Amino acid sequence: MRLSRRAMVQLMGGTVLATTLLGPRRALAATKITVLNWQGYGTDEKWALEAFTAATGIEVVHDYFNSEAEMITKLATNPGAYDVVLINSARIAQAAGQGLIQPVDFAKIPNATGLAPKLKDHDNMQYEGETFGCAWVWGMNGLGVRDGKTDPDSYAALADPAWAGKVALFDDAVTAVGLGALATGQDMNDPKDLEAVKTFLQSVRPNLHNLWTSEDQWNKAFAANEFDLSVAWSGGVVRSFRNGGLPVHFVVPKEGAIGWLDGLAVPTTAPDVDAAHAFINYMIDPEFYFRWATEVGAPASANVDAMAKLPEDDLMKQVHKAEYIDTMSIMSALPDERRDAFNALWQEMKAYYAAK
Amino acid sequence: MSAGPATTAPALNMGGRRLPPWVATTALLLPAYGWLMIAIFLPLGAMFLFSFMTATPIGTKEIGYTFDQYKIFFTQPYMWQVASWTFQIAFATTLICAVTGFLAALALARSGLGRSQWVFLILILLPFWTNGLVRIFSWTMVIREGGFLDAVVQFILPEAASVGFLYSRPAIVLGLVHGYLPYMVLTCYIAISTIDDAIVEAAESLGARWWTILGRILIPMAAPGLIAGSVLIFVPVVGAFMEPRILGGPQGVTLGTVIEDSFTQGFNWPQGAALSFMLLAVVLAIFATFSGVLRRNAEL
Repeated sequence: MRLSRRAMVQLMGGTVLATTLLGPRRALAATKITVLNWQGYGTDEKWALEAFTAATGIEVVHDYFNSEAEMITKLATNPGAYDVVLINSARIAQAAGQGLIQPVDFAKIPNATGLAPKLKDHDNMQYEGETFGCAWVWGMNGLGVRDGKTDPDSYAALADPAWAGKVALFDDAVTAVGLGALATGQDMNDPKDLEAVKTFLQSVRPNLHNLWTSEDQWNKAFAANEFDLSVAWSGGVVRSFRNGGLPVHFVVPKEGAIGWLDGLAVPTTAPDVDAAHAFINYMIDPEFYFRWATEVGAPASANVDAMAKLPEDDLMKQVHKAEYIDTMSIMSALPDERRDAFNALWQEMKAYYAAK
Repeated sequence: MSAGPATTAPALNMGGRRLPPWVATTALLLPAYGWLMIAIFLPLGAMFLFSFMTATPIGTKEIGYTFDQYKIFFTQPYMWQVASWTFQIAFATTLICAVTGFLAALALARSGLGRSQWVFLILILLPFWTNGLVRIFSWTMVIREGGFLDAVVQFILPEAASVGFLYSRPAIVLGLVHGYLPYMVLTCYIAISTIDDAIVEAAESLGARWWTILGRILIPMAAPGLIAGSVLIFVPVVGAFMEPRILGGPQGVTLGTVIEDSFTQGFNWPQGAALSFMLLAVVLAIFATFSGVLRRNAEL
């Protein structure tokens, strides 16, 4: 799921720097830092790196990972190789617990004053009372609704006969169970009553038209009028409307969205801690974000100032309202037993849906 | 290919001094068996080991050993239903392939098309030359509600209701038949080609009707081809996950998709590995049942 979201950002970018693994070589650049990230995910925009090098004299090169497990492995097996690493907030505690990343020194990140407090100080970013990640970008899973239909105010609409045969769910265990938990008034990351979640998910069956796994599949099916109400990514809905011209808008029900938050962190063994912080500061800079979001396409910034800089009619800004930050639950790390229980429940639900 | 050491050794006559036969045999077998060892048995062995683990052996987690993964059919009773759908789909696919593939092979082998039959054979092979994913996705455009099929039907009968059947088990079978039919045509074609024309002519001259010739001569004599084709189709279809996922939508839950989910979404390799080996056991049982016929066919 995360991979495909990145893949979309990357596709939209178009000009992504597959070729610039080594970056523009500058004889004058005094220091060089290495960033570990998904390819095409903001930090490796060529124009941005050129501007950053021009302003600070710090040269930036990249290494990429293709899965979060690979990222952790690279950090663990290449000490001293990386200065900045992108980490999903749900992984911060794990990386900090393994001693792979160090606490963020916000004194070296002036732009951090603009960070939304809930995101900056989120539990996910903390380990033993210290903040190990700098909140960077975020997004939501909520409801994508066809224009002209009545906006649902609750996830309960997924099971409302008014939407019979016109509902699509996202085929992802954590999202599906999280949705059921929110709909039944539980903590999304630790639902105590999985039976209630199961009952809710079962009640969706008469309405269910399809399960989707990729944004491309979602777009095709929505364009073919297969469904009107769907669990959807906030960024995906914006792209479908803006790039695909699909009549869809994003709705956050009263239970709140299922949010995700990505952070930037500094490895414990980073060769140049100051330069790393300078780069993180640049990454949450409103100027950088404005260009990234308007020219390339980006998730919502954790920096309130950066979001404010976007024009009022910018769809990303309209969808990612600051108030949603307060209502959304952010996906956290799941203990293995709970993750397995979520997967088992979702697999059982899929078999239940298939028996229709 | 079955040449033994006695016949291969003389070929390797190094500087007038003969190598012992086993050296040549080993040298000839090593590349193939070394490759098999690395490419098949090593990963398979690793997967077999994984299937007894308590968690995916990546990361720092403590790993224990258990038989629990093999109990999924008892801990998750809905798996019986999933298995039942899977085998229904596989049987339907194999049956449809057998009937249509046999008839096509019969026409190709016995219609006296002469040299042009190779053109037809290549046409049969065409699906192999296109990417499977592309084929499947193009079917979604055809059979969805309001798709090409509906457009054609409504062009002829403007009042007709939608005949789109995307996201159903028949849609899965359709996609699988499209992908696997060539196996059946080819195996049956080879089997039918070996039937002596004189036998059919003799039957005809003795007054046998076409259905007698088909039922008493052609089908029995082509049986090895039919069975080989069926095994070649049934085995991969039981484990298929792409077609069920794309064409089946919510209905597309099969053992293949459950295994895929275990590996990708669930990150539960032991579960996926255990399911794979249970499936492998079923497949081996099928092979064992038909091994006699397969062996005979191999000699054709």
